[in-house]
Amino acid sequence: MKIIKIKNIAELNAYKEKAKNKFAVKENGGMKIIVGMATCGIAAGAAPVLEILNEEIKSKKLENVSVAQAGCIGLCQYEPIVEVFESGKEKITYVKIDAKKAKEIVNSHIIGGRIVSNYTIGEAIKNL
Amino acid sequence: MKKKMTTVNFNGTQEQEAMLAQVIDEYKNVKGALMPVLQKAQRIYGYLPIEVQKMIADGMDVSLEEIYGVVTFYSQFILNPKGEVAIAVCMGTACYVKGSGDILNKISANIGVKSGETSSDGKYSLEATRCIGACGLAPVMTINDDVYGRIKLEEVDEILARYKK
Amino acid sequence: MIRYHILICGGTKCENSDCKGVISALEDSIKHNGLENEIKLVETGCHGLCLSDPNSIIGSLGTVIVVYPDAVTYAKVAPGDIKEIVEEHFINNRPVKRLVYDEAINGENLFSLNETPFYKNQSRIALKSCGIIDPENIDEYIANDGYQALAKVLTEMEPGEVIKTIKDSGLRGRGGAGFLTGRKWEFAADQVSDKKYVCCNADEGDPGAFMDRSVLEGDPHSVVEAMAIAGYAIGADEGYIYIRAEYPIAVNRLEIAIKQAKELGLLGNDILGTGFNFDLNIRLGAGAFVCGEETALLTSLEGNRGEPRPRPPYPAIKGLFGQPTVLNNVETYANITQIILNGAEWFASMGTEKSKGTKVFALGGKITNTGLVEIPMGTTLRKVVEEIGGGVPNNKKFKAAQTGGPSGGCIPASLIDTPIDYENLSAVGSMMGSGGLIIMDEDTCMVDIARYFLDFTVDESCGKCVPCRIGTKRIYELLKKITSGLGEMEDLDKLEILCNHVQTASLCQLGQSAPNPILSTLKYFREEYIAHVKDKRCVAGICKNLLKYIILAEKCKGCTACIQVCPTGAITGEIRKAHIIDQEKCIKCGACEQKCRFAAIIRR
Repeated sequence: MKIIKIKNIAELNAYKEKAKNKFAVKENGGMKIIVGMATCGIAAGAAPVLEILNEEIKSKKLENVSVAQAGCIGLCQYEPIVEVFESGKEKITYVKIDAKKAKEIVNSHIIGGRIVSNYTIGEAIKNL
Repeated sequence: MKKKMTTVNFNGTQEQEAMLAQVIDEYKNVKGALMPVLQKAQRIYGYLPIEVQKMIADGMDVSLEEIYGVVTFYSQFILNPKGEVAIAVCMGTACYVKGSGDILNKISANIGVKSGETSSDGKYSLEATRCIGACGLAPVMTINDDVYGRIKLEEVDEILARYKK
Repeated sequence: MIRYHILICGGTKCENSDCKGVISALEDSIKHNGLENEIKLVETGCHGLCLSDPNSIIGSLGTVIVVYPDAVTYAKVAPGDIKEIVEEHFINNRPVKRLVYDEAINGENLFSLNETPFYKNQSRIALKSCGIIDPENIDEYIANDGYQALAKVLTEMEPGEVIKTIKDSGLRGRGGAGFLTGRKWEFAADQVSDKKYVCCNADEGDPGAFMDRSVLEGDPHSVVEAMAIAGYAIGADEGYIYIRAEYPIAVNRLEIAIKQAKELGLLGNDILGTGFNFDLNIRLGAGAFVCGEETALLTSLEGNRGEPRPRPPYPAIKGLFGQPTVLNNVETYANITQIILNGAEWFASMGTEKSKGTKVFALGGKITNTGLVEIPMGTTLRKVVEEIGGGVPNNKKFKAAQTGGPSGGCIPASLIDTPIDYENLSAVGSMMGSGGLIIMDEDTCMVDIARYFLDFTVDESCGKCVPCRIGTKRIYELLKKITSGLGEMEDLDKLEILCNHVQTASLCQLGQSAPNPILSTLKYFREEYIAHVKDKRCVAGICKNLLKYIILAEKCKGCTACIQVCPTGAITGEIRKAHIIDQEKCIKCGACEQKCRFAAIIRR
């Protein structure tokens, strides 16, 4: 979106609608991937994960999929955390992700639709 | 925490001075701007020697003692530059018992710098640190990013020689 | 008599997962234990739990067996697990927890953080968008109702109404003392002055607390927007955020947020065409804990040594540069937009009588789930520790919870059912503080913890007033004496007297609250202090001078590993014969204990 000043409430609302569309997870198999990039996440190695996800999505031309950073997701000991949102479905939380695991998630889950259960939060909790 | 003035000769460049002047210019009329000016000055010079404090005092029209008071209050402002060769000797109990005190003295004699100071040419700095948690390797010291464990007194000169170039 | 029916799935899907092996292992084990007449094995169809459809979000649960009458369901059972199930469950009546299929955890939403007990028990207001939106993109903030609250107050509400809403919501300062935010705003609004300021305390200094950093890193616009709202409410056109220099990522994201808001005209002049002007500045701290105190922070913002000054006058009357100033912390501001959008009643419906809404805690220490949790005020400590936190790991016992960092106190296990709010925490001798919540188990020495916090306070006392500068140092020395094994009984009384003096006579909260860690541990764990003094014993095995490392002769294999690692040459012995530690030479560094592969070295 080009930067223009928002001069009144009507413009703010119009801007909001446009932004909403931009960030909504696309229907029909669209997905959004989020990487927790607060200090703890970055310290645990989230930056290369974000980078590899961006590269993979771009090189595999997955146009329905977006990748974004976010702040602290809240569970420090499981960082880096990656979450996958799909329209109409509960989000999937992957924990302790590195570049290699991130690639696997793209191939198996994002492209193939098969959740990599070994890396999910549920699995991590069970193995405590 | 007590802070010691440095004995390192000040050798700021014209370039640095120009940068500082620009910072002072930018903040001169901003209310309560002393902290950001000091922070930026420290980024330019790496530390805040009295010469830099004087420049800021003149530029900002604040008394030097006020600036010195602020600099010594906050732990992030430093008066002593780290040497090119920054030596830290662990003074944790384990290291101390294993003779790290003697090692510190020997290093001090070798490079002519007292603990907590920096040599006047800026080449060496020496400090005694709290336990760094490597008791099994006692006595331990670090030089820049290198860690030396189980140091023997007779090895000290040889280790230091590696950094004398 | 048949005591148990075991239903085992013979469906096709399970045949993939070693089902046959499990059945034969069960049959063998039942026979081996002579339980044929007590246990009946029933092969059934699929239980419907073991979907191995790749698109299913449940995923494969492997071989599933169900035990009646207990209705215990085991999932992912392997032949190797059978022995344990038979012996523990069928003979000793103790279900094997490790294998139990628990719907709460492993149910339908196995893969989503939202369905874990850690998350389910939280209510997120201040952390609403943290970890969800991109903090460096204002568009995503706007897409999620961002700047709607500012738009609402600027176009639909009078400043007085804004203040009334915040007052009615019952929101209290989340940084420490818990003063009513709306009242603070009202005082500042009532002042007649052509210049007022809105400030944000982001100098989060408590060791172990990081909720403010997380908010600024995850949702910086929520603070920017709230400060503009405060500006409108009190009639200020300028604000300062005072943030720790140790938080470079938070500083960077705040800078981006302010820049983006300015570009879109959501900060600056004539915001949304309403004629309201508001601008924000960022100032970095320089490493002084005392600057978390409000008057010290303002003094530091003015460019001086960050020393506190007596109150009154309160900052709302005479604050930054002598002008009326509202100063709130990050988490307080993070609640504001939600209160404006959802109403005071909505916010006040959560929490307890005098503590409304939620509080964010940084959960840490000896606890399974460490992290940030936001819970309604009034949630019991038990719920936080056992459910959200997942309990104390390694089968250790919960001993105490420390809240409020160096200003707070320790809550003992006997008070675990205390509902967490401002009043209850003060009543048990602790305080809310900024929200650090450190869990301690039986291996934590309470005297040592008190000493640790005092060490911190002594270092951070600014030195302006005598009770804090000298008093905390003397308290520290007494604690040091006790943990070194040199304490006398009269030291405990001295400690108490000294603590009371420091509490009443110090200038600011740093000194006033510094004795809390000692007073609360003296109250609840006095027997530990006495053990240190009288028996020269540290039960938790922490205080070095009071403990001994001993080699258990019967376990020692004489491998000499400890001899080699000992930094002081305190261990002697011949190869393949039990070694001995010379207590005179031992400095209790613990290197030998770590090195020993036979657990032959113990602390006592």
